[in-house]
Amino acid sequence: MSNLNKKQVISDRRKFIVLMAQSIGLSALGGLIWTGYVQEAKSSPLILRPPGAKSEPEFLKMCIKCGQCAIACPYDTLRIAKPGDNKPMGTPYFIPRDIPCYMCTDIPCVPVCPTGALDEESVSSIKDGKKVLDINKSRMGLAIVDESSCIAFWGIQCDACYRACPLLEKAIVLEHKRNERTGKHAYLIPRVNSEYCTGCGLCERACVTKKAAIYVLPLEIAKGEVGDYYIKGWDKKDENRLENVGENVTTKTKRSELTPQDYLNDGGLLDD
Amino acid sequence: MISYIKKHRFLFLRRLSQVLLLVLYFSANAYSLKILSGTLSSSLLFETVPLADPFAVLQMFIAGAVLSLDVIVGAFIVLFFYALIAGRAFCSWVCPINLVTDLANWLRRVLLLDKIERKLWLGRSVRFWVLALSLILSFVTSVAAFEFVSPISMFHRGVVFGMGMGYAAILAIFLFDLFAVKNGWCGHICPLGAFYSIVSRFSLLRVKHNQPNCTLCMKCKDVCPEKQILSLIGKRSGDVDAGECTNCGRCIEVCDDDALSFGIRNYINKNG
Repeated sequence: MSNLNKKQVISDRRKFIVLMAQSIGLSALGGLIWTGYVQEAKSSPLILRPPGAKSEPEFLKMCIKCGQCAIACPYDTLRIAKPGDNKPMGTPYFIPRDIPCYMCTDIPCVPVCPTGALDEESVSSIKDGKKVLDINKSRMGLAIVDESSCIAFWGIQCDACYRACPLLEKAIVLEHKRNERTGKHAYLIPRVNSEYCTGCGLCERACVTKKAAIYVLPLEIAKGEVGDYYIKGWDKKDENRLENVGENVTTKTKRSELTPQDYLNDGGLLDD
Repeated sequence: MISYIKKHRFLFLRRLSQVLLLVLYFSANAYSLKILSGTLSSSLLFETVPLADPFAVLQMFIAGAVLSLDVIVGAFIVLFFYALIAGRAFCSWVCPINLVTDLANWLRRVLLLDKIERKLWLGRSVRFWVLALSLILSFVTSVAAFEFVSPISMFHRGVVFGMGMGYAAILAIFLFDLFAVKNGWCGHICPLGAFYSIVSRFSLLRVKHNQPNCTLCMKCKDVCPEKQILSLIGKRSGDVDAGECTNCGRCIEVCDDDALSFGIRNYINKNG
């Protein structure tokens, strides 16, 4: 109670500290909201980038959102994400079902990139000692076939995607299989080869079904990863990986603290 | 009529500059008229000179991007232009958001909103906190944090590539400036304005005051979007040397007594 009666003296030091604390606190408040928004906004995994784009996190870091790639694109394939598109605003992307990438050999969208978010190196190869642009090296995504909606898997002869593919007989091949149902026809089944597929989406554009049965997904989502544990014993190069491995390679887990004999006989397994 | 134009000469020139820039950027995408191609974030002048937003590049640098030379050169060209010559002219001669905030400000004046509205207080230094915050968050989120939310780029990209829901952001700023705080966005929050305020602290182009002519009518302070910088009015002759001055020239044209003019900063005779 006595505090109320006493005249409160606010020193300059107190005033300074409180004002600083207020500014820093309010900045932190704003920063939390802002960071939350940015983190949400940048996680848009289902987005197809222009040729030569760096990996998504690197791309988002480097893209200055100038749109020069989209301006350079002669087919209007590349669009710039608008507010409301639910994609990182201002960054370029394409929807192959609407307009696929026509894989221009001079790749006009890549050299105009001022920051290097679209990396010219990744879509160039050395030819006769000279660096030339090579669109076939681009990896915008990977085409995936949904077997249940692809009519070729029904036995209907459709090779629309195969014909549309700019790397015909490389990125998409037709696998011939006997159709047991009719007994006299063949299935012509489209198979995508991830070694060649650039993810241009011409197959997705050409697909005849109501919603495309072959569609491009970003590599990050479409591809699995073997890891280090499996080695192709029949492949000399792959087998070389074993050479650097030391003699006693054992995986230590909690279970390896006991020998198999012990933990198998230690009860638990047969106890009820 | 002539006197009306003379009274608004810088205003007309600024609107001309702002609209012309939008038209040029728009035409680069829409009609392939490549005078200024890209957006305000980064563009190419006459297909040769790179230009880039130095604040965006700074954020990207802090986010950890390894950038190409093009965009770095572009950023320095723009930085030097404003820092050495034009001052914070970006805000009043280039930025499209200025069209929105000036409209709100004009409505405030003609509808006497200032005299009636409840006052919301926001410090002029908030923008410098937002500036610091955008740099810190660029580091934390490893993307250019302000570029993810910038209504300036949203508006500008909207004009070039399609607006989407960008109208909402523009409307939000308009409402904020009209009903919350006078000059709220440009004069209190915008970190890009804060950035240019700091870097153009020592630029050459300045508003000069000729004190003996001044009749203390205060028309200049009425129209100035940063009126705290006009503290020398009626007190002493000299340069308006604060970095916050956007060189919009409104004070010069409303002055009936020839007490204000554009000039080159007086470096040699500091007390003159």
